[in-house]
Amino acid sequence: MTVASHPENHHREHDYPEHYLSSNWTLRGWLLTVDHKRIAWLYTVSITGFFFLGGIAALLIRLELITAPGDLLSAKVYNEMFSLHGIVMVWFFLIPSIPATLGNFLMPMMVGAKDMAFPKLNLLSWYIYTVGGIFTLAAVLAGGVDTGWTFYTPYSSLFSNTSVIAAATGVFVVGFSSILTGLNFMVTTHTMRAPGLTWKRLPLFVWANYATGLIMVLATPVLSVTLLLMGLERGLGIGIFDPALGGDPLLFQHLFWFYSHPAVYIMILPAMGVVSEIIACFSRNPVFGYKGMVLSIAAIALFGFVVWGHHMFVSGQSLYSGILFSFFTFLVAVPSAVKTLNWTATMFRGRIWFSAPMIYALSFLGLFTIGGLTGVFLASLALDVHLHDTYFVTAHFHYIMVGGAVTAYLGGLHFWWPKMTGRMYSELWSKVAALALFIGFNLTFYPQFLLGYSGMPRRYHAYPEAFEFLHVLSSLGAGVLAIGYLLPLAYLAWSLWKGPRAPANPWDAYGLEWRANSPPIEHNFTETPRVTGGPYAYD
Amino acid sequence: MTEPAPAEQFDTLEQQRHAGLMGMWVFLITELLLFGGVFGAFTVFRVQHGEVFAEAAHHLDLMLGTINTVLLLTSGLTMALAEQAVGVRRRGLGVFFLLATILLGIVFLGIKAYEWHHEYTKQLLPVLDLPFNYPGEHPEVAELFFNFYYAMTGMHAAHMLIGIVILGVMAALIAGWRAPAKLDRQIHIVGLYWAFVDVVWIFVFTVLYLLRG
Ligand code: HEM
Ligand SMILES: [Cu+2]
Repeated sequence: MTVASHPENHHREHDYPEHYLSSNWTLRGWLLTVDHKRIAWLYTVSITGFFFLGGIAALLIRLELITAPGDLLSAKVYNEMFSLHGIVMVWFFLIPSIPATLGNFLMPMMVGAKDMAFPKLNLLSWYIYTVGGIFTLAAVLAGGVDTGWTFYTPYSSLFSNTSVIAAATGVFVVGFSSILTGLNFMVTTHTMRAPGLTWKRLPLFVWANYATGLIMVLATPVLSVTLLLMGLERGLGIGIFDPALGGDPLLFQHLFWFYSHPAVYIMILPAMGVVSEIIACFSRNPVFGYKGMVLSIAAIALFGFVVWGHHMFVSGQSLYSGILFSFFTFLVAVPSAVKTLNWTATMFRGRIWFSAPMIYALSFLGLFTIGGLTGVFLASLALDVHLHDTYFVTAHFHYIMVGGAVTAYLGGLHFWWPKMTGRMYSELWSKVAALALFIGFNLTFYPQFLLGYSGMPRRYHAYPEAFEFLHVLSSLGAGVLAIGYLLPLAYLAWSLWKGPRAPANPWDAYGLEWRANSPPIEHNFTETPRVTGGPYAYD
Repeated sequence: MTEPAPAEQFDTLEQQRHAGLMGMWVFLITELLLFGGVFGAFTVFRVQHGEVFAEAAHHLDLMLGTINTVLLLTSGLTMALAEQAVGVRRRGLGVFFLLATILLGIVFLGIKAYEWHHEYTKQLLPVLDLPFNYPGEHPEVAELFFNFYYAMTGMHAAHMLIGIVILGVMAALIAGWRAPAKLDRQIHIVGLYWAFVDVVWIFVFTVLYLLRG
């Protein structure tokens, strides 16, 4: 291990070897860094901020819904609240979350590289993300936006009296950050792999992020142009979606969902990557069916592009389109099921170690399965006519996006925390938090399935008395869930200052990243690693 | 001549060149999809309202469009020559061909602006509540055609503008001529971008101006 001596550098910790956090601890050193590991931290901080902002909006929504009459928020404010919540959570938290934080930190290390292929582009994409995000947030807070996160025309382009253009501009801009991240992932995986690291030896997390990069690159431009056209329609009177000008509002939905359905996989594929790594490590077992896992990642990424119409079953598209999209949607469920079965098989053959990351991974498995199965309900044409735009849908997508993606994100954060910070955290508290999350989540969203099934529509701030009991349960759950999200903030921050020092490989895990120091040195490895075997050489 | 060292994150120059080219290709694919969204939408309406769209296309100036096509293709040639010149280390020639490319690009944009102005005087610019006086049947559908026309040519022009700025920077760098090997890589990547702008124009020209019968 080399301890490069820069006499002018004050080490914050004298007993630590030189690492990526120890030198140049200045504002410049952070804001102009091109080190992928520091950029990952920049993202982590911004994303956490957005997450809790979106969370506050969620709590307000849940407070409003505790009682049947709309007595806390007016209808207008309620609409603005769920729009704020949805816009922030989807565009500024979920889409970037795992790729931009864990992906940024780990992708180069897992392929044995010194950095991303384009470090400056990497930093640029953080700036684009942060500036675009703050811009949108300012627009939403100052002018209000009541279109929901989907900006459906013609409401958004003709009727809404809120700052739609400004908000959409921010989302448009942030799209570039997504494209640049995806581009960087793809090029890094192709050109920066260490000697011996063949495609068949890539960790599943790398595969998942690579596929995610592909989706980001292929889908985001279509979203950009959709938002652009919507903005042109609203701002300049150019009519593309407006029937009065010969346009077609369905076209907006086609273009929008062509992006936004694959976007769900931008959220879930990296989560699957994280879970694969965790389950292999804490079952002490190679991932069952590595090839099948890779193929199903590819299948999910590709099939994801042909199912967008399941968001439009009742929008007036033709019955034949509906049947076709329904069919494809059933198809895309297959690779997800393959992955779930393979994870189960991996655990079944292994010795399970119930650490905090593993509890998160198991929660993911349970919640994702429920979300997936209820998705099959929604993919059935006839059922969707009944369930469309009810709380059933709300519950379904929260199970996938929050129960799935956010839980896996937390699991990954706990798994790689020692590598990222060089510190351990409290085992007890982390387990308590993981359990609180699981219980709180189910208490919040399970009642929503029942609500939706019995006919409560989404996006209403007042409702009949009969639904009150289930809403109260759901709001109680949200309180527990909030604890599940706030606890990690506390003990992880504590570990930064007071946590015991982490060894290079605290979980005895495989993967190139664990061969580096904790925390890693500036260019990750003292010498380029050579790879001689598969990624999961457990037992 | 000694080759410069690769950037920090790379082990070899070959790796760096490979990464740079792949990056640009992936970027161009995203660009293609950006236009692809509009082309897709346009196709839907072109099929739905075939006759009205064909009729509306007659109101565009085919002559100016053709001149612009020739200009742009020529600029593709001068760009390729600029790349060659830098490749064989002829600095002066490289700068000359780059400036020629820039000039052709500017003339293209000038003609484009003249066309827009012309349509404005004919009251065929239905944006910002300007009057739209279409001398034919189904003016509301024709309006849709013109909306696509402005969206597509506008997007293309924006890309040209960015390209011209980048070419200007390249010309300045080549005039300075500090790291020829690096310039060689860079101009190759910029050339890809310019070629892309060319290709997109061919499509824009075809679907808007030529599909009139
Ligand atoms: C912390 C607990 C959370 C609660 C209590 C909560 C609650 C809600 C509620 C009540 C709605 C409105 C449903 C409707 O009226 O249709 C909603 C919508 C939504 N939530 Fe959450 N949510 C939570 C967390 C999250 C998270 C973490 C995300 C994403 C990371 C998320 C993403 C969304 C999205 C995308 C919508 C749709 C907004 C729209 O209808 O336009 N939620 N949420
Ligand atoms: Cu979908």
